[in-house]
Amino acid sequence: MGKTLFDKVWDAHVVSEIEGGPSVLYIDRHLIHEVTSPQAFAGLDARGISVFRPEKTVATPDHNVPTIDQHLPIKDVLSKTQVETLAKNTEKHGVRHYGLNHPYQGVVHVVGPELGLTLPGMTIVCGDSHTATHGAFGSVAFGIGTSEVEMVLSTQCILQPKPKRMKINVDGELGKGVTAKDIILYIISKISASGGTGYFIEYTGSAFTNLSMEGRMTVCNMSIEMGARGGLIAPDEVTFEYIKGREFAPKGKEWDKLLAYWKTLKTDEDAVFDMELNYDAADIEPMITYGTNPGMGVGISGSIPTLESVEPATRVTFEKSLKYMNFEAGSAMLGKAIDYVFVGSCTNGRIEDLRAFANFVKGKQKADNVVAWIVPGSKQVEKQAIEEGIDKVLTKAGFELRQPGCSACLAMNDDKIPEGLYSVATSNRNFEGRQGPGSRTLLASPLTAAAAALTGKITDPRTLL
Amino acid sequence: MSIQKFTTIKTSCVPLPVENVDTDQIIPARFLKATTRDGFGKNLFRDWRYDKQNQPVTDFVLNNPTYSGSVLVAGKNFGSGSSREHAAWAIEDYGFRVVVSSFFADIFKNNALNNGVLPVQVSAEFLQKIFDAIKNDAKAKVEVNLEKQTITLVATGESENFEINPYKKECLLNGYDDIDYLLRNKDKIEAYEQNREINL
Repeated sequence: MGKTLFDKVWDAHVVSEIEGGPSVLYIDRHLIHEVTSPQAFAGLDARGISVFRPEKTVATPDHNVPTIDQHLPIKDVLSKTQVETLAKNTEKHGVRHYGLNHPYQGVVHVVGPELGLTLPGMTIVCGDSHTATHGAFGSVAFGIGTSEVEMVLSTQCILQPKPKRMKINVDGELGKGVTAKDIILYIISKISASGGTGYFIEYTGSAFTNLSMEGRMTVCNMSIEMGARGGLIAPDEVTFEYIKGREFAPKGKEWDKLLAYWKTLKTDEDAVFDMELNYDAADIEPMITYGTNPGMGVGISGSIPTLESVEPATRVTFEKSLKYMNFEAGSAMLGKAIDYVFVGSCTNGRIEDLRAFANFVKGKQKADNVVAWIVPGSKQVEKQAIEEGIDKVLTKAGFELRQPGCSACLAMNDDKIPEGLYSVATSNRNFEGRQGPGSRTLLASPLTAAAAALTGKITDPRTLL
Repeated sequence: MSIQKFTTIKTSCVPLPVENVDTDQIIPARFLKATTRDGFGKNLFRDWRYDKQNQPVTDFVLNNPTYSGSVLVAGKNFGSGSSREHAAWAIEDYGFRVVVSSFFADIFKNNALNNGVLPVQVSAEFLQKIFDAIKNDAKAKVEVNLEKQTITLVATGESENFEINPYKKECLLNGYDDIDYLLRNKDKIEAYEQNREINL
């Protein structure tokens, strides 16, 4: 029987298997940041051991950094300590570190691909659940806890049970104004925030192969939002073209050898998945969430479900969620007033996202009642945005480009949405308090965020295109 | 190094009948700024437990003295969202040794096991039975036996088996940790590295 792409990559990294237990899985690329690594380094120190393969780990601070005045010392003492601890730990152990103000600093899942550190066929882990992003290159990439970060630092391996395989196929052409973000929000709304738990997903079909690498990263990034360990897309010419020539991408003979291998990274025709789902791209409209998990989403012209239409067992949770959002069951999404717009994060903080947003707002004006934070995913994205004049387009339309970091996606720094206010965010989670205590988040694409920023309310971006 | 051993416990429970309890609720991001593993329990469920003025929210279960015990019983899809191990540290530091739910998020499950907290996955029916038993008697006890892989309602004797992979079970019963296991197998890891055809 043939193998799936996931099986091929996973199996190539199994060092050994424990009977009845997990596999010892070798990790090719380990990304670390300031929040989930300090306790792992402390663990190494307590055991008196050093990092086993320091060249395979790359560090950058992102979760906790300010997105203005990055040239000044970080004001928050605890944040400053964490960022400095990352610098100290990486220096002590000889791990590559792109600190604040380094031209390669940024959100770890934006940095890896843009520097050519993310390659097809790799196993990639990071103490961050959105590590699934790197699956866009045909790698097996997933988030881990800090104990597992310590395992990778000390042995370049983790103990991991093998997930089941799921295939999600979406064929057809996307409509005008419908983006990668809408595809993934649509899928999550169909299978729920837990529908992928226990699985590793392969995304297939023309709706994905027609996407740029940035779009594919947006899709894979949110695999975790349906509970899946990760999601991947078979590498193709679009993938190879993206990687070629990047800073740390293989070159010369090494490139030729790897390219030949990468071309074998696809699911065999007779391979079997544990679950298969099919959707039609034409059914997808711009999506927006109304509740407090990413599965609570609807097409933008739709309405919040009525209480009666929700399964009885889920009603308590559904009502709790709507109470938090202060939304009426059954009400329409269009026209709801909003206060903040956040564009950024490992989901939609890449150059293509900033371009899409800037093109949309070009020559128009931000609504007066909206506060907007436009946060590039990395220093490289920021640089490119400035080179392309995106910053000037934004300024003219009443917006400003901030500096790179995770920012209001999880509001660990000062970028917090005030209590009770509504934020249309291009990030990945709308949990209670995710963007600051009491904040109310509506997840959407950069285009839907742009439409909301211009009108001050939920607006179908297709009406402004 | 080791984790806390787990064999059998018999205790009353703390009920949290909410689905999709995500790790941002278990420990909000703004409390992740520490560089040690200690003291996260005081911020467990921070924004459900305390109001804006940092006063306890009286109707939240952790503030209700009627309920106590080292087993947390929660609705399905517990621990979804962020991979932050701080969620498991907060639960452990608060004093829970077991979380019972009808469904756990994968990363949380691994994180809990790596910290000596046992995730016990039961059927939706049995979960409801536990919630009902606590509703009838706030001090209703459960017994969790790792060796036998059973969870039992002490008053009625109703019981259900739960799954755990044999390796992880062995680790918990003996307090072993994964890093020790991997360090002991470094020769195999080095052999793997040397024999790889494609080295990425």
